[in-house]
Order: sequence, then structure tokens, then C-alpha cells
Amino acid sequence: MSHTTMNLKVKVWRQKNATTPGAFVTYDVAGISDEMSFLEMLDVLNERLITEGGEPIAFDHDCREGICGMCSLYINGKPHGPWQANTTCQLHMRAFKDGETIVIEPWRANSFPIVKDLTVDRSAFDRIIQAGGYISVNTGNAVDGNSLPIEKAKADDAFAAAMCIGCGACVAACKNSSAMLFLSAKVSHLALLPQGAPERKTRVLSMVAQMDKEGFGACTNTGACEATCPKEISISNIARLNKEYLGASLTAE
Amino acid sequence: MTFKQMFTSSVGKKLVMAFTGIFLILFLVVHAGLNACIWAMDGGLMFNKAGHFMGSFVVPRVLEIGLFVGIFLHIIQGYMLTLENRSKRKIGYEVNYSKGSKWYSRSMAILGTLVLMFLIMHIYHFWTPSRLGGIENIKTLNTFILNGVEYHNLYGEMQLVFTNPYIVILYVLACGSLAYHLAHGFQSAFKTIGVHNKRYHVMISTIGYGFAIIIPLAFAMMPLSFYFHWVN
Repeated sequence: MSHTTMNLKVKVWRQKNATTPGAFVTYDVAGISDEMSFLEMLDVLNERLITEGGEPIAFDHDCREGICGMCSLYINGKPHGPWQANTTCQLHMRAFKDGETIVIEPWRANSFPIVKDLTVDRSAFDRIIQAGGYISVNTGNAVDGNSLPIEKAKADDAFAAAMCIGCGACVAACKNSSAMLFLSAKVSHLALLPQGAPERKTRVLSMVAQMDKEGFGACTNTGACEATCPKEISISNIARLNKEYLGASLTAE
Repeated sequence: MTFKQMFTSSVGKKLVMAFTGIFLILFLVVHAGLNACIWAMDGGLMFNKAGHFMGSFVVPRVLEIGLFVGIFLHIIQGYMLTLENRSKRKIGYEVNYSKGSKWYSRSMAILGTLVLMFLIMHIYHFWTPSRLGGIENIKTLNTFILNGVEYHNLYGEMQLVFTNPYIVILYVLACGSLAYHLAHGFQSAFKTIGVHNKRYHVMISTIGYGFAIIIPLAFAMMPLSFYFHWVN
């Protein structure tokens, strides 16, 4: 199978550290194969920058299989680039045309401060999970897997919510920098399962409180998060979260 | 958890928007229904009687206070939320993400402001003269007496106001703003109060779009009906 090579311009946000103001820098990148992944293209650029004695572009990545949630990048005005239901690491250069200028920006939100270049600090998500995104289990013998019957449809919905990899694309896409799709996926995942029932009310209240403390915006149901989510988490989870919150806040002491 | 905490979290603030929004949606149904009496083709008799009922019966008067409180809360909370949400991203994007959402979903504050500007004009045209005696030149045709009961001639007021083509255009444009505000607001309000069941969600989306077309269209037809003398 034949492949083509292309020459591109890459306009990247460069920022030395959290406190130094950043700016866009445009690089010419030549001889990129359309079979390369997007991150491989950045690897090629970074190799060149290192060879030339420059500072390589910092960007987050880990598994490069679309499952870990580490990669980010706001590419040409969309989190994770132009493809649907796709992470940046699974984006390939055939999505672009020869001679194109690709604009790469970091996730923009006050709650995701820039560490360096395109790398942002997403530990706010970790703290939201720590506030209640878990179930408490007493130690003892392992419980038989089939001892708690779960309706298939509910198990499927819970699994669909659990697909969230916590990449933060929802926050990056949202005009309000709201973390509601992420939070609703975590809350729905456990609210749908019997194991999540005992801490159901305290969980949603604690997690919403932590989300607000982290400085994320409020949801206005525009749907941008759902449209960009690499795992296609449904926005109906946000409505479920709202129901959980309303019920829990009305009945809480 | 106190009620203050409940309604001041990010989700709680949206609940205030949703509950007041749904209340205002209900008000629109009543308002459009009563105003539809202008098409009874009886010289405005049915419409003026309906207006008299709303003005003299205690229940609508109490609801009127609730309506002003609801509008006030919806406006204040809406502006506060918009400003707060905008402050959450200090450095914006070079290329904005616009494909994932509808323009009117992202423009609720602007559409709401247009509706608010209309509302000020609308209250000045009809509510103030009816309740507070109003403008001198309209006052002469403001009342008529039927079987010993004094009625405000709101129909006459409509006839007078809608002789001005610029006002008719402003009213019709305002109905357009309201339509787009409702196209997002109707379904968003129900999502915020927690309707996530797919069956209901499809139903609410469909009703929401229908509502956003039918109600503003009915309102837009009112100034047009007077201006083009479709009603006598």
C-alpha cells in the first residue's frame, strides 16, 4: 500500500513554566508520513528540536492506545483533534492535508493550570475522585461475583459511564470549563450499581462540592462535551447527576 | 446541608435557573392563551374581559408577584452564572470549538438580554398603563364601561401601539430571540432538574422544539394582526 509524505506547519503553544507567559511558535515539519500517528509527528519534531539544541515540546502521553487518558491537546479547535470518538494518540496524520497549518493548544481552564507547553495539571480530577468516587468495602473473604444480581441494561449503562478515562476533553471543550460530564460519568457509574448504593447520597454531594472548590464552571447543557468525548460518554449522565444531586440535597441532614 | 448550600453550588444555581425557567414557560402558555382572545373577532370584548379577570381576581394577582420574583431571579442568576462561567477560562483558545454545540445554546445570555430589552419595552407599553394609569394620550381610550363594570381597553391599547411599524418589527424580532432562547432553555431546564430517562428525554426535546416554534409564532402574530388589520 502506498503512502504519501507531507510538509506541514505546526503552530504550538510554548510556555516555559506555570508562571511565565506563553506564546505560539510556528515550526515547519517536513517529510511526515500519513501513516504516522499525531504524537509520532510531534516526536519527529522534538527529535529535530533536540538535535538543533532546542527545548523539545512538552506534551502528555502514556499508553498511546486510547485507554489511559493521559494524552490531551486541543488540535485545530477541537479537543483530541478532528476525528470523532478518538484520543489524540489514536489520531493519525492522514486526517491532515499536505501544506496544512495545524494549531495545537493545551487544555484551557483555570482548574487545569499549564505545567509546561502543552502539559496541564489535571490533579483536580484526582481530588474530585478522592472526594467520593469510590465504594467502601470491608475486608474479608472475596464475595462471589454472582451474589449481587444486576440488571443487564443497568450494568451496560454503568459500564458506558465507567468508560470515562478522565482525560479532561469535556472541560477543554466546554465554554464554561465545566467538569460535569466527567463528574456525571463517575457518579452514574456507581449510582447505577448496587455496590454504590450505600454511599450514593454523600458521594454526589461531596463530589459536587469538590468540583466547585476546584473552580470548574457550571453546566449549561450545550452538548460540546458529549460531542468531543473520546469515549462517547452520554450527556444524559449529567441529567442523572442532577437528579442524584437534587434528591440527595433535599433529603440530606 | 442547608437550603442555601443546596442552591448555591454549581448544580444548585442551575436548579434555580431551571425552576424559574419552567415557571416562566408556564406563564408564556397562560399569556399566549389569553392574548389569543384578540382573534375572537368581537372587537376585543373577549380579550378585555379576560384581561379584566386577570387584573381583578386575587389568584392571578398573587401569581403576578411570583412572576416578577421568578423573572428577577432568572435574570440575576443568569447574569451571575454567565460571568462566573466566563471567568473560569482566563486564557481563551486561538481556534474556538463551535461544531459540538448549537449557536443558540452558547448564546443564552445574549438571547436572554434581547428578551429582557423587549420586556422593558413591553411592560412600558401595556403593563404600566394598565396597572398604574399610564401614559396620558392612551388614557382617553384606556377604559370603557359595560353593564356597570369598568374595563381597561387593552385591546384599544394594542391597536394604538401596533400602528407603529418599527414597534411591530421590534416585537417580531423579540419573538425570534425568545424562540431560540426556548429552543435551548426548554429541554435544558428539564435536564437540569434530572430528567435523564431516554424515553422522556426524546419527548421533552420534541415538545421543547414545538413549544419554541408555536408560542413565539403566536406572539409574533399579534402585532402583525393589528398592523395588517387581520383583526377588527
